[in-house]
Amino acid sequence: MSSTEHSEHIDSDTGKMGMWLFLFTELFLFGGLFIVYAVMRSKYAQEFHHAALELNAFVGATNTVVLLVSSMTVAMSLTAIQQNRSGKAIGLILITLILAGVFMVNKYFEWGHKIGLHLYPGSDVMKTLPHGEIMFFGLYFMMTGLHAIHVIIGGILLTIVIRKIQSGKINSEHFLLQENAALYWHLVDLIWIFLFPLLYLIT
Amino acid sequence: MKNHENHISSDTLNWTVLVILLLLTTISILAIKMHLGAFTVALALILASIKVTIVLTYFMHLKFENSLLRIMVGGVFLLFAIVIAITFIDYYFR
Repeated sequence: MSSTEHSEHIDSDTGKMGMWLFLFTELFLFGGLFIVYAVMRSKYAQEFHHAALELNAFVGATNTVVLLVSSMTVAMSLTAIQQNRSGKAIGLILITLILAGVFMVNKYFEWGHKIGLHLYPGSDVMKTLPHGEIMFFGLYFMMTGLHAIHVIIGGILLTIVIRKIQSGKINSEHFLLQENAALYWHLVDLIWIFLFPLLYLIT
Repeated sequence: MKNHENHISSDTLNWTVLVILLLLTTISILAIKMHLGAFTVALALILASIKVTIVLTYFMHLKFENSLLRIMVGGVFLLFAIVIAITFIDYYFR
């Protein structure tokens, strides 16, 4: 094995490890919010119960299914590129992007509904609510909003991946960027797996 | 940036994982709607943890990665669990 090949090999492994290290920081970003949620929930159990009834579990469940399926399509796109089927890989990423769009449209209507009811941080209605309910809605907007930003970033990353597959820069031999973009997309899914039961299901 | 000895997950495996994840989602929705009282939150967290483990293992290919990465991921989740535990110990005993 020549020395250049050797360093290329390390690049791929370290590139992926760098992505994982970044994902750890993301975990602790959301982790902090989860801890705030947990402490507030135990402090204001009754008010959290009342406020959580306001959320539509059906919309939450729909978005859960959408994200789980999109996670699978992005995993399958990685399989496709490794098998040198770039057309299939692009198609699967496009499906992922469409599902990301569906997720965001759902989120738009969900937030729109809340804002229509004047349930947003700092609103007149919100100021009249008990402290625990203000905390719940504050955390709801903060956590789902931060998550939605990640969905948008993930979508941008996957769009870049499509362009690179088209130009041949990502192929069956070199696909680190696609691997890392897929890891990022799975993280978005991981966070939602916890958000959905905590915000929408438990009342 | 050549990727050596990479494991290629079959489409069948990916579909199977998706079906299991959707089943677990259905179970958690049904179980939580049954109103099991104090156990509800614990049950929701256990089911979510199982789902997250499955996503990490198969979709994120941890099963096929080297042991260093697996130890790192396990360590970080352990660290996070410890942070949560300490927060609650502090919160309840202050």
